[in-house]
Amino acid sequence: MEVSAEAKRIMVVALGKLYSSRTQRGGLRLHRSLLLTMVMKSARDMYHAAQETAECVAADWEQQQSTTEVTTEPTGAQTELQSPALSLTSPREEVETSPTELRRDAENKENVCPPGPHHSRKRRGKAAVEPDFLPCKKARLEQQNCPQQLILSSVLLDYVNCSNELGAPPAAMPLQRAIAAC
Amino acid sequence: MGEDTDATPTLNHRGFLPDHNYVTEADIISTVEFNHTGELLATGDKGGRVVIFQREPECKIEPFSQGEYNVYSTFQSHEPEFDYLKSLEIEEKINKIRWLPQQNAAHFLLSTNDKTIKLWKVSERDKRPEGYNLKDEEGRIKDLSTVTSLQVPVLMPMDLMVEVSPRRVFANAHTYHVNSISVNSDYQTYMSADDLRINLWHLDITDRSFNIVDIKPTNMEDLTEVITAAEFHPHHCNLFVYSSSKGTLRLCDMREAALCDKHSKLFEEPEDPSARSFFSEIVSSVSDVKFSHSGRYLLTRDYLTAKVWDLNMESKPLETYQVHDYLRSKLCSLYENDCIFDKFECAWNGSDSVIMTGAYNNFFRMFDRNTKRDVTLEASRESSKPRAVLKPRRVCAAGGKRRKDDISVDSLDFTKKILHTAWHPTENIIAIAATNNLYIFQDKLNSEMH
Repeated sequence: MEVSAEAKRIMVVALGKLYSSRTQRGGLRLHRSLLLTMVMKSARDMYHAAQETAECVAADWEQQQSTTEVTTEPTGAQTELQSPALSLTSPREEVETSPTELRRDAENKENVCPPGPHHSRKRRGKAAVEPDFLPCKKARLEQQNCPQQLILSSVLLDYVNCSNELGAPPAAMPLQRAIAAC
Repeated sequence: MGEDTDATPTLNHRGFLPDHNYVTEADIISTVEFNHTGELLATGDKGGRVVIFQREPECKIEPFSQGEYNVYSTFQSHEPEFDYLKSLEIEEKINKIRWLPQQNAAHFLLSTNDKTIKLWKVSERDKRPEGYNLKDEEGRIKDLSTVTSLQVPVLMPMDLMVEVSPRRVFANAHTYHVNSISVNSDYQTYMSADDLRINLWHLDITDRSFNIVDIKPTNMEDLTEVITAAEFHPHHCNLFVYSSSKGTLRLCDMREAALCDKHSKLFEEPEDPSARSFFSEIVSSVSDVKFSHSGRYLLTRDYLTAKVWDLNMESKPLETYQVHDYLRSKLCSLYENDCIFDKFECAWNGSDSVIMTGAYNNFFRMFDRNTKRDVTLEASRESSKPRAVLKPRRVCAAGGKRRKDDISVDSLDFTKKILHTAWHPTENIIAIAATNNLYIFQDKLNSEMH
């Protein structure tokens, strides 16, 4: 699980850096954005590989357990991770690689991976259908009201949490304020 | 290679308050370059200024005062600009300076920021005409009634004045950020490289350039690598090399095609699968590439190593030097504090026997290719009193066996980075840029190259 925790943290940091580079003097640096995207991809691949290993192990004793409970963590994380990438749309071509590349790879992965016993692993975009009884983060409960704002804030929450273990998670903030804060 | 190096630090005279350790960002040196004879040394900074140092002629009376570098000229090369179409500010930071070989009394250099390259003429004036008929000494028009005879103006000596004027401005040719410029050995053309394209210019023509490399994919989503540095071969005017963020080098021949997208040679080292990590791509990105003076070898720098390649062998580098391998286990922290994106430059000495590159904590390293010995030195005020001999430094692993004067990896100051270094073309004189300070070290014992 350490690999997936580290991978997740790396992805979150990369997103934070991509966001903050938008306000940098001199505009977006293509080289840096590309490297960050590659790190994110690399971390995401390792994260999924780690998850798949975990799930294979889980599949063995799956038959005795409730099927949905096990998939909470990875599914939630996957949707969470993919959605911020989608909300990263930018008119400038320099950043196009980031969201669209991720989305394309996400779709490819979906096509390549055989459907597992847990169909809820498949990504369904922002409007992911999750059973209400699943324990989930506050951000996703509010997803039905304003998906764009809170997907971003949940990512930033993670970023803050990873980098400051002692601090309490801040309240969700609107999108504009979040970008201004970067 | 002598380790007994006399230190004659010449300090950049701006913007450093020793009390507060506060550095004005505009004063951070962003490029350093000797001219072809080594007589002049140019530095560019983040504020768009260029400072040129000149070496004092050697004085036979007092041998130790010879060859010091003093400020020759300072000028503002680039100003911040605003691209209204893209709503982007264009930084005035000087990314690169390259000197042209001297062909007459004046010196010429090219300086570039992210978007615009400029050609500057640096000339001296030590005489001025005096004795005008219509103007007086201050330049005021004389009352014609006071003019009773005519005289021919004569040239009289005056205090030396260094004049710098922009001769050419090469603009609007780059969509992405310019990272390199390189003057061709034909002394008529030069190239400028940005993240995705390389353009060839004629030094006299500013309104057009030829695109010789274009790696922009049709669909930007397919982008996998960018150009990180480019240089012309020192002798063959048709050959140039460019490095990529994937750690590859491509040698291109302009005789083959107008658009050199297809390389003549591809230099790539197969990745070691055991060394794979999250950050493999970032650390393998080449930050600088330099031809050797002979033209036979290439020197590249990536985040952790410096490599020497033989132009005749594409499969792997000839030599690999670990610059700061103790950072390999710290990559995650270096990624979080952004240091992993630092772009270090590298340099050859005049005889191609020693290579040099910078590191953190104001350390810089030199590797002797023949003896295989290496040394770590520090560029700091405390350790660089004039005429002092630099003491070799050592970095030890955290918690490892420590000698006196060793520094532990965890105590390294990552804000003090030496990204830009330059080596005199013929002598053992090096220029080290440490944030906003310039250090010039001379090896008095072994001043000739061997």
